[in-house]
Amino acid sequence: MSKTLFDKVWDSHVVRSVEDGPDVLLIDRHMVHEVTSPVAFLGIKNRGIGVLYPNKTFATADHNTPTINQHLPVQDPLSANQLKALEQNAAEHGISHWGLGHEKNGIVHVVGPEYGITQPGATIVCGDSHTSTHGAFGAIAFGIGTSEVEMVLATQCIMQPKPKKMRINVKGDLNFGVTPKDVALYIISKLTTSGATGYFVEYAGEVFENMTMEGRMTVCNLSIEMGARGGMIAPDEKTFEYIKGREHTPKGAAWDKAMEYWKTLKTDPDATFDKELTFEASDIEPMITYGTNPGMGIGISKSIPNAKDVQGGETTYKKSLGYMNFNEGEDMIGKPIDFVFIGSCTNGRIEDFRAFASIIKGRKKADNVTAWLVPGSHKVEAAIKEEGILDIIHESGFELREPGCSACLAMNDDKVPAGKLAVSTSNRNFEGRQGPGSRTLLASPLMAAAAAVTGKVTDPRELMNK
Amino acid sequence: MAYDKFEILKSTAVPLPIENVDTDQIIPARFLKATERKGFGDNLFRDWRYNNDDSPKADFVLNDATYSGKILVGGKNFGSGSSREHAAWAVYDYGFRCVISSFFADIFKGNCLNIGVLPVQVSAGFADKIFAAIEADPKTEIEVNLPEQKVTIVATDESESFDINGYKKGNMLNGFDDIDYLQNMKEEIKAFAENSPL
Ligand code: SF4
Repeated sequence: MSKTLFDKVWDSHVVRSVEDGPDVLLIDRHMVHEVTSPVAFLGIKNRGIGVLYPNKTFATADHNTPTINQHLPVQDPLSANQLKALEQNAAEHGISHWGLGHEKNGIVHVVGPEYGITQPGATIVCGDSHTSTHGAFGAIAFGIGTSEVEMVLATQCIMQPKPKKMRINVKGDLNFGVTPKDVALYIISKLTTSGATGYFVEYAGEVFENMTMEGRMTVCNLSIEMGARGGMIAPDEKTFEYIKGREHTPKGAAWDKAMEYWKTLKTDPDATFDKELTFEASDIEPMITYGTNPGMGIGISKSIPNAKDVQGGETTYKKSLGYMNFNEGEDMIGKPIDFVFIGSCTNGRIEDFRAFASIIKGRKKADNVTAWLVPGSHKVEAAIKEEGILDIIHESGFELREPGCSACLAMNDDKVPAGKLAVSTSNRNFEGRQGPGSRTLLASPLMAAAAAVTGKVTDPRELMNK
Repeated sequence: MAYDKFEILKSTAVPLPIENVDTDQIIPARFLKATERKGFGDNLFRDWRYNNDDSPKADFVLNDATYSGKILVGGKNFGSGSSREHAAWAVYDYGFRCVISSFFADIFKGNCLNIGVLPVQVSAGFADKIFAAIEADPKTEIEVNLPEQKVTIVATDESESFDINGYKKGNMLNGFDDIDYLQNMKEEIKAFAENSPL
């Protein structure tokens, strides 16, 4: 029978299908971090059971870590306590732990691919919804709750009904100045934040074929923002090139054997999807959000829609604009901003810093802007230095911070103050996401750079050489 | 963690007719620093419920003594956003055993089922009827009958059936969780894992 890429990977991991219930799915790789794991470790302890396969779980600290002075003791006692709990739990169960200060430390979805933990055809879970990032490699990857973290620790399985399948095609070539982030924000604006709920998405078409692995990660990362469980892209030469030789990828004969399997990982020509959508690349321009969910995004040249033209409740829409202190019909261009955040598992990889640098080079940070530049990992940080990007950052009046989730969820001290407006390369613009009362505009690293040097919302194409 | 069995719940309900209520609103990230599952109910809807100086916001429904009960009725796309199970814990810990909405985000729904909060998805029309009934009389009762998979507005006897798979229904009725199930098939899992390529 013809199968989709998703079917092939899912079906090969089903240990048992429960009658009138979920599938029992074997998990190949499990990533844990300090915030969603402590209660799970406590759970197995209370049940008196251990970790079934400690070598399939990897721990890193990221959500709750400071992004300056990481060599000093963590100030916040609650954060310090969570970090200590992760370290102890990992040690007790023989799980590899890349804690604060470790050379491999970084955001869980950035380090997974960097060290080859992420592989095509694998099932990957983590107690973080942006686990969908790893789908860029042709893996089934999705976020789970703490009860499920406990299940994976105890039994290496979770119980999930098989989602429906959706394919999203974007055809043609992207316009000048349009990045993978814009493609994703465009799709979410069309589908809304619940448009793909219940589905697992496969991205297909020239736009994704031509995209770098970093770009594919950005797109898959944002799958959850349209409600999808996850998103994936069929592995190709670019994928294999990226993972080859990384620490945890197979070597020698094992590599050849894996390649045989990986090359079968594509949707059969006559396989069917429950839903299929197609967009034209030429319709997409640099995107920015104006509201309090990632579906509230528009092309930078457009103005904020009127309540009567949007789907969903008018009350909810007006509440959202009220929170943002924006009005229907206003332009986004020209709005003065206060903060810029570049980082997160969405846009905290080396390519994102290259894009940022391409715009700030030869320009100066605007005086009214506080900028947080946070690499996704130590490896990204090292590349920034190696490629001379750090010099550009300093010459333009910016500083680089240390790796972590930082202002993506503002659990640490990197909080945007109440009422302040931030252009952010992260993934969520919910009320208070970047700090109580903070207001967030989601955008690409190019857009963030343009705002950082002009002090206001600016079309990045104006600062780019064609 | 085991939870209380769920069979028939008859209770007044708290209305929250806002769409896209995300998990950052249900429990903001800064309250996720605990290493134990305790006290999350205090911070349920923290930033909608309290001012910056921790005084309650009078116009938020949880601060309005008119409304109470073990059922929370939310707007469409309830629980979108992050996978934090803390959101479901906060709902449970506050005292809710059931959330009714015309549409749930996936992960939140799964998390609820795993910890003993029953997510009941009804049609948009029926959700509106429930909101209207509560508005007309805040003391109106809603009955959620899990064995029969039926939700009823007691005063008017209007009802609608809801879906839940047989396995999860059994778990909720008996207070079992997935780990109990998986623990019993460990040998099968091991045999399967040993033959898996990755
Ligand atoms: S950067 Fe943000 S979305 Fe990504 S793992 Fe960290 S908190 Fe989650």
